[in-house]
Amino acid sequence: MSDATQPDTAIAGPVLAADGTPLKRSLARSLRVQKMRAMALIAPLLIFVLVSFIIPIGSMLFRSVENGMVEQTLPLTVVELQNWDASTGDLPDEQLYAAFVADMVVAIDAKRHTRLGTRLNYEQTGMSSLFRKSGRKIKKLDPATDGPFKEQLIDIDKKWGEHETWAVIKTHSVAITNGYFLNAIDMQRTPDGAQAQPEDKRILITLFKRTLIMSMIITCSCIALAYPVAWLLANLPARSANMLMILVLLPFWTSLLVRTSAWKVMLQQQGVINDVLVWLGMVSDASRLVLINNQTGTIIAMTHILLPFMILPMYSVMRTIQPTYLRAAKSMGATNWTAFWRVYFPLSVPGIGAGSILVFILSIGYYITPEIVGGTKGVFISNRIAYHISSSLNWGLAAALGTILLAVVLILYWAYDKIVGIDNVKLG
Amino acid sequence: MADTAIDNAFVEFARVQKSYDGENLVVKDLNLSMPQGEFLTMLGPSGSGKTTCLMMLAGFETATHGEILLGGTSINNIPPHKRGIGMVFQNYALFPHMTVAENLSFPLEVRKLGKSEREAKVKRALDMVQMGEFGGRRPAQLSGGQQQRIALARALVFEPELVLMDEPLGALDKQLREHMQFEITRLAHELGITTVYVTHDQTEALTMSDRVAVFDDGRIQQLAPPDQLYEEPENSFVAQFIGENNTLEGVVTSISGDACVVTLDDGVEIDAMPVNVTKVGERTKVSIRPERVEFNKDRLNPEAHTLKAKVLEFIYMGDIFRFRLSVAGNDDFIVKTRNAPDAIKLQAGQEIEIGWLPQDCRALDA
Repeated sequence: MSDATQPDTAIAGPVLAADGTPLKRSLARSLRVQKMRAMALIAPLLIFVLVSFIIPIGSMLFRSVENGMVEQTLPLTVVELQNWDASTGDLPDEQLYAAFVADMVVAIDAKRHTRLGTRLNYEQTGMSSLFRKSGRKIKKLDPATDGPFKEQLIDIDKKWGEHETWAVIKTHSVAITNGYFLNAIDMQRTPDGAQAQPEDKRILITLFKRTLIMSMIITCSCIALAYPVAWLLANLPARSANMLMILVLLPFWTSLLVRTSAWKVMLQQQGVINDVLVWLGMVSDASRLVLINNQTGTIIAMTHILLPFMILPMYSVMRTIQPTYLRAAKSMGATNWTAFWRVYFPLSVPGIGAGSILVFILSIGYYITPEIVGGTKGVFISNRIAYHISSSLNWGLAAALGTILLAVVLILYWAYDKIVGIDNVKLG
Repeated sequence: MADTAIDNAFVEFARVQKSYDGENLVVKDLNLSMPQGEFLTMLGPSGSGKTTCLMMLAGFETATHGEILLGGTSINNIPPHKRGIGMVFQNYALFPHMTVAENLSFPLEVRKLGKSEREAKVKRALDMVQMGEFGGRRPAQLSGGQQQRIALARALVFEPELVLMDEPLGALDKQLREHMQFEITRLAHELGITTVYVTHDQTEALTMSDRVAVFDDGRIQQLAPPDQLYEEPENSFVAQFIGENNTLEGVVTSISGDACVVTLDDGVEIDAMPVNVTKVGERTKVSIRPERVEFNKDRLNPEAHTLKAKVLEFIYMGDIFRFRLSVAGNDDFIVKTRNAPDAIKLQAGQEIEIGWLPQDCRALDA
């Protein structure tokens, strides 16, 4: 009661040290050596994080908008394209064709034209072969003497006489593009502005939605399964709790691939689970459950794999909840359920929050498990990113997808902070 | 020993035993009756079974044998939340995620009281412990003493007839503890509630209680009002445990009614009052309180036996003087005297003669 009084903090003007310098500066000077020493100790880690984490992420973010290839490969053409109004529907004039041939001859020499073709092929199929085929013939032309080029080029491939070809080149000739991001949300950059992709090419929005929904389902099932285990861990006598803890941590000592492959054995139609269900007579032999190569498979396998990440934060929070709280609640007349729901559960929420963030963020970017057990219906957006990184080599699109994923996670984190409060998240 | 059955018992332990492992009894044959409105303290060293008794009464532990009665009915099979017993825990156990007012409101909510009634009762309870303005705070924003008051208010807010307190002042500093001792006894008597208080602090037990049950080894060693406990301990454990005590060992050489002569191990004879000794030749521990030892020659009873003593140490404690003497081979014989103007200050090395009234010198079990 007596300590309700606040100390008098009202001070007029800055406080001075004994030698007359402001106290703040004096303090900073006295702590400088300590700070430098501390900085020197963490410098190796700081540099490592910067080089191996911050810079790659920055580079990825940049790659999602960077689009210098058209401008670098066809510098003269790009200048000429500025003067061409694609909306009239007319073909470009001779000047542009001449500039294009001049650019192409240089590019073919440097063997860059096929790369440009590949790049433009992301936007319009057929561009890759157009550039490759035309390249062989343009190579023989001399930009100084062999003009005019308009007719010759249309002879080489009639696509050079199509308005659309030039429109695509013009659309993607800007150095910084939103094209990858439009692609990432099933739209495309066209001469007439952003438009939806044709329906048969729309897949990424669906994948984003599926990734989010399935990650939420996985998080929820992790909560449901982890809560009782964490409670047992926190409340069993030390010996049994240690044993249980080893069982919880056991999966960490097994390769992720092995665990996922084990689920393949368990879940397939001729697998252990179906066999047992048929043997028990719960499922008829003819209608064995389809548990793998679909969303069910992904959810089951990923819940299992991510469970420890839910159990551990929950356990560390529950361990700090004193059993006397429950006793106190009961002594005041609360039933076991009320005591749990009004006292124990609210105190364990920080653990649920920490586990949920961990599991959700891990699952949203999960790749190996959906790839192995997900089939086509159970894959995540990360599988698509991997495809664009390693198969289609459309790194710009992969980077845009990754950036969107990062943004989604940050937005959810922000929303979580607003709703639950990040202070309420405890890892121990 | 603790056969204290009374007619109008409100709380009653009848032949209660408790074992955790099936091999050792933590509580051995406990019999205890409390009338309504009594403030009873269970005092004892740790591991003596006092907290177990409290937990059995609260319903968090089940009695292995025997019956616990509350208001005449057996509560052995009633779960804790239906017993309607208020409880203050050692670490307060205030719910950290609720404000003070919500904490107090909790027992009323589970009893499904209306909102206005709840608010009125919470306010009254907070005022009772002089914490009226703190309803909106979280327990973490309160000092230890304030948390203690809130815990007390929370145990009382639903107006239980019986309140249990498990070392509630253990975490407070000395001054605050003394203040709260007074506060708790005042509240308990004002509200007329029956209180069972567990502590290992004997000062707390003596100052607060109507009766004190001294526990040791799973049994009640003595159940008596504080003054009786201090002045007339029934066995040497109680004499040792309560207050400061001088012990001299010897053999009973003659006994007649309420007087006996004890021959100490070095051959000196003293007068004593037989308490736990019945026949000549029995070994005994004689117990004398330090403040009942007289060393002022003018006040010594000429008929009483006197002993030679050598002063070993003088300790100045402000309100009292404390002397450590060597008496009959015991080098830890303590004598206290009030710091009065005419008090004699003995010096270390001084040889003196000491004595006491025979009734202050109790011959107890060896």
